Amino acid sequence: MDFFSSLRELHTGLTRRETTASELLDWSLQRIAAVDDRVRAFLHVSAPRGDSDRRMGADIAADRMLAGIPYALKDNMCTRGIETTCASHILKGYIPPYSATVVERLDDAGAALVGKLNMDEFAMGSSTENSGFFPTRNPWDLERVPGGSSGGAAAAVASGMVPFALGSDTGGSIRQPAAFCGVVGLKPSYGLVSRFGLVAFASSLDQIGPLTHTVEDAAIVLQAIAGKDGRDSTSAHIQTPDYRAALTGDIRGLRIGIAEEYFGPSVDAGVRGTVMKAVALLEQLGAVVSPISLPHTEYALSAYYLIAPAEASSNLARYDGVRYGFRAVDAENLMDMYEKTRSAGFGPEVKRRILIGTYALSAGYYDEYYKRAQQVRTLIRQDFERAFADVDVIVSPTAPTTAFRLGEKVLDPLTMYLSDICTVPVNLAGLPAISVPCGLIEGLPVGLQMIGRMFDEETLLRAAHAYEQAAGMAPLRPELAMEVKA
Amino acid sequence: MSLSRKDVLHVAALARLRVTDAEQEALARELGSILSYAEQLKTLTLAADLAGVEATSRMGESSMVTRPDEPGESLLPEVAVANAPDAEEHQFRVPAVLEG
Amino acid sequence: MAVLETVIGLEVHVELGTRTKIFCSCATEFGAPPNSHVCPVCLGSPGALPVLNEQALALGVRAALALNCRVPAESKFDRKNYFYPDSPKAYQISQYDEPIGQHGFVEIVVGGEKKRIGVTRVHLEEDAGKLNHSPYGDVSLVDLNRVGIPLIEIVSEPDIRSAEEARLYLEEIRSIMQYCLVSECRMEEGSLRCDANISLRPMGQREFGTKTEIKNMNSFRNVQRGLEYEQERQAAMLARGESVAQQTLRWDEATGATLLMRSKEDAHDYRYFPDPDLPRILLSAAYIEARRGEIPELPARKRERFEREYGLPAYDAGVLTASRELAEYFDQTAQRVRDPKSASNWIMGELLANLKAAALLIDEIQVTPLALADLIGLIEDGTISAKIAKTLLKDMLDTGKDAKTLIAEQGLVQISDEGELRAVAERVLAANRKSVDDYRAGKEKALGSLVGQMMKETKGKANPQIVNRVLLELISGRE
Repeated sequence: MDFFSSLRELHTGLTRRETTASELLDWSLQRIAAVDDRVRAFLHVSAPRGDSDRRMGADIAADRMLAGIPYALKDNMCTRGIETTCASHILKGYIPPYSATVVERLDDAGAALVGKLNMDEFAMGSSTENSGFFPTRNPWDLERVPGGSSGGAAAAVASGMVPFALGSDTGGSIRQPAAFCGVVGLKPSYGLVSRFGLVAFASSLDQIGPLTHTVEDAAIVLQAIAGKDGRDSTSAHIQTPDYRAALTGDIRGLRIGIAEEYFGPSVDAGVRGTVMKAVALLEQLGAVVSPISLPHTEYALSAYYLIAPAEASSNLARYDGVRYGFRAVDAENLMDMYEKTRSAGFGPEVKRRILIGTYALSAGYYDEYYKRAQQVRTLIRQDFERAFADVDVIVSPTAPTTAFRLGEKVLDPLTMYLSDICTVPVNLAGLPAISVPCGLIEGLPVGLQMIGRMFDEETLLRAAHAYEQAAGMAPLRPELAMEVKA
Repeated sequence: MSLSRKDVLHVAALARLRVTDAEQEALARELGSILSYAEQLKTLTLAADLAGVEATSRMGESSMVTRPDEPGESLLPEVAVANAPDAEEHQFRVPAVLEG
Repeated sequence: MAVLETVIGLEVHVELGTRTKIFCSCATEFGAPPNSHVCPVCLGSPGALPVLNEQALALGVRAALALNCRVPAESKFDRKNYFYPDSPKAYQISQYDEPIGQHGFVEIVVGGEKKRIGVTRVHLEEDAGKLNHSPYGDVSLVDLNRVGIPLIEIVSEPDIRSAEEARLYLEEIRSIMQYCLVSECRMEEGSLRCDANISLRPMGQREFGTKTEIKNMNSFRNVQRGLEYEQERQAAMLARGESVAQQTLRWDEATGATLLMRSKEDAHDYRYFPDPDLPRILLSAAYIEARRGEIPELPARKRERFEREYGLPAYDAGVLTASRELAEYFDQTAQRVRDPKSASNWIMGELLANLKAAALLIDEIQVTPLALADLIGLIEDGTISAKIAKTLLKDMLDTGKDAKTLIAEQGLVQISDEGELRAVAERVLAANRKSVDDYRAGKEKALGSLVGQMMKETKGKANPQIVNRVLLELISGRE
C-alpha cells in the first residue's frame, strides 16, 4: 500500500487488519503536510470529528468499500459545522447548518473527510486560477495549472494526498482537471447524484462526481453517492445498478463513435495522436469504431456561455451580505451595501459571468440569447440521441491541450472558454462522461474522454475500465510523488 | 457586437455590482467579445433551424416531484442567524429599507 | 368634459392553507417568534433546493378550478429576480408564462344585476419575508418566517368599473376560497392581500387611460376607500387638464390618501426564466378532475338555489351565502321549518346580532340548526311568542339547552286559551276605562296600551293574536 493504492487495495488492507482507519487518516494528513505547501490543493484541512478508529473501524466490513477511507471535497459542497467557501471571499467564514446529501452518504459509508479543496471561485473557470484565495498547482509541473474548476480535487488525488475526492462538473470541471492531472474523473448523468448541498453555479448543468486513481475506484465512489434523493427535485428516480459488476474487462462488439467535431483545429496534434492511439487499443480489445457526426457541436460553447452565466446570475444573487458571508462595512444605505458587498466579495471572473448572464436574461434580450441558447441545447441533445442509436460510447480528447502554464490564459477569458469545447456539449445534454489518463506528452498527462448514454454509467465504466486495464498505466505517478516519502 | 459603457452600467446596476471607470472599458470589451461569440447562434437562422425547436431549460427528472405536507424540523433561531454579518434579536439587521 | 369611466383590475394574493411551506417542510404557523420557522431551503442557504408541497399544488389547482379557470396539463415555475432583504434567494419562485390557472371568471352581483369579472390567470408562488422597521429609522430587521408560505396570485381582467365592484369582487373571491377550504383569507393576518390597477377614460373610448398601481390596501374597507380616493384624484387631474403619470402608489390609511412609492422609470426588470431546480408541473386529467370533485357548491350557485328553492329575496341569499358555514347553517335550518323566510329572518336578524355581540363565529355556537328550527317551529305553532323566542334564543346560546327544555324550566308556554284570556281582558278593561273611551273616540293607539296591560298581567305569555281579538270583541260588545 502507498499513496497511490486503489480503494480496493486500501479496503483489503483494512479488512485484513494490515492497517487501520486512523493510520490511513494519518498518512493522508502527513502527505498533505509534506506536499501541499507546493501544490496548494487544500483550502482547509479538518481532521474528522470524533474518534475515527472507533467510529469507522467497527464498520469495516467486506461490503463497505469506503469505510475508513480518507477523502476530500471540493469546497462547493456543504459540510455542517465546517467552513464552506466556494473559494470566494463572499463566503469566507460561512459555516453551513447542514451537510450535502453526498456528504451524508459518504459519512454513512464510513469515509473520513480530511478537508475542503480549492477551486475556481464558484466553479467558474478551467484552471483554478480564479480561486479567490490562491491558485493550485499541477503536481506534474508546479508551473502549470491543474485545470479547473475542480483543480484542487484533481491535484489532491494526483499527488496522493487523498485516495479520492469529489468534484463538480458544470462544463467539464471534473473531467478537464482529471485529464490535466492524470487521474480518473467521472461526471455522472444529470440527476444521478443529488445536488442537494452543492452550492449552485448553473443548476441545469451542475453534477457531482468522483476523482480517483482508477476507473474501479470511480465506480465504488459512484455507488456510494448515486441514487434518488427526495430533497433534490431533479434527482432521477432510478434504481442504481452494481457498477463494479459492470467492470468485466470485455468490450468485444462495443460500438464506439468518433465525432470529427471533437478533433477540430483547436485540438493539439500531440493530444490527437495520443487519443487516436487509445482508440486503436480499444479496437484491439474488440470494440467496433465508426465515425459519427454531432453537427451542432460548434454552437455548444455559445449556448453554454449564455445558459451557465444566466443561471449563475440568479443563483449568485443571494450573496448580498444579509444572511451569511461577507458584508462591506462602510455602506451608507441598503443599495450601497448590496453593491459594495458584491463588488468586493466576488472576483473578476464571477462578476464577468454575472454580468453576461444578467444581460442575457434582461428585458429585450431573453429571446435573442437565453431562449435561443436553450433551443440549441435541444439540438445538441438530439445530436447525441441520433448518434447513440448507432454507437454505445463516444470517444474524444477530454481537453484540446495538456495543462497550460499559470497565467497563460488568464487575460483572455474567451480563449479560456474555448478550451472547454470537448466537455461542454456533454453537460448541455446531461450525459455521463469520464476522463481516463491515456498517456503523457512531454511529461504531462493526456485525458481520454468517453461519453455514454443517459444513465448508462455501466457501459461507460466498462469501456473505460477495459481501456485502463489494457493500457496498464494506472495509476499515474507524478515525480512529486516519488520525491517525498511519507 | 459591442457593448457600450452605458449597457455595462445598466446591467451592473441590475446585478447590484459596482464597476469602476477603469473596469467599464475592459468589461465593455470583454463582454462584447463573449457576446459576439454568442452571436454565432444567430447563424442558425430561426426560420431554417430553430422554428419549432423546443427549449431545454431543465434536465433530469421529467415526472412530477412533490413532497407530502408534513412538518419537518426547522433551525433554531440562533442557528438561523448564526452566519449573519449583523443580527439583532434573532433577526437579520440591514440598513433601513425605506420603500414599502 | 366627457363623462369618465373607471377601469380597475385587481391582483389578489391568497395564502394557501397548508401545514408547511411550499418548497420546504417548515411550519406555516402565523405569529411565531422571528426566524423560528426557517431552514436552509427557505433561508436561501447556499446549496439548498426546493421540493414542491403536494398540498400547495392541490389547493392551487382547486382554487383555479373554483375560479372557472382552465388548468393546463403542463405548467412550470419560473424565477422572478429582484434584490430585497425580504427575498433571501434574491429571486421569488413564481409562474410567469405558464400559470396553473388561465382564463377564468368570478360572478358578482352589482345593484341586483349579475356581472362577470374575468380572471386572467391564477399562479402559484412563494411568499416573501417580513421587514420590521426600527423605530430609530436607521436599520430594518428581517424575519424570514413567512418566506415560502404558499400563495396563489389571482389577476383579474380590467373588467371592474367602480370601487364598490372591486370590493364585491374581493369579497366574492374570499368566500370562494373559504368555501373551497383553500384559505381562511384573513386580511388582518395578510392571508388575503390586494393590489389594484386603476385608470380613467372618457365613456365610450376603447383605449385605456394611464393607470396607477395601488398597494397596501389591507382591508375590504380600505380597498374601496383607496380606489375611491384614487378615482377622485385622477378625475381631478384630468379635469385640470393634467395627465396621470404611471406610478406605483401606496395607500396610507392614516391620512386616507395614496402616496408615491415609485415611478415608471424605476420599474423592475425581473429577468424571469424557468427555474432549473423544479421539474415541469404535469397534471393528469384524472388529477384535475379529482380536484374539481373537491369543490363544494360555490356562493353564486348557492345564492341562486336559495332564491329558487326557498323563495328568498336576493338580499337574504347574498347575506346567507357570505360564508360556507353560515350558508350550511341556514340550509339545514330552512329544511326543517315551514317558512324558510322565517329561518332567514331569524338567522340574519337575531342570531347574527347575538354572534356579533359575543364575537363568535357561526361554527362556534352551541345552538344547532335543528335547535333553531325547533324554536321557529314553536313560534309557528303558537306555543311561544316571537318576543319570548328572542329571549329563549339568547338563553339557548348561553346554555346550549334546547327551547323545549328552557320553556319547561321557565314556564314560558304561551297562553292561547281564549277563556283564560277573556277573563284577564275583562279585568284589564275594567281597570282602564279611560283607554277604552279613548279608543272608542278614535285613538287607535289606546289599544296598544291595553295589549301591553294584558301582556303585563300574563308575564308576556299571552298569544298576541288572541289578545287582540278578545280585546276588540269585548270593547265592541260593550258599546
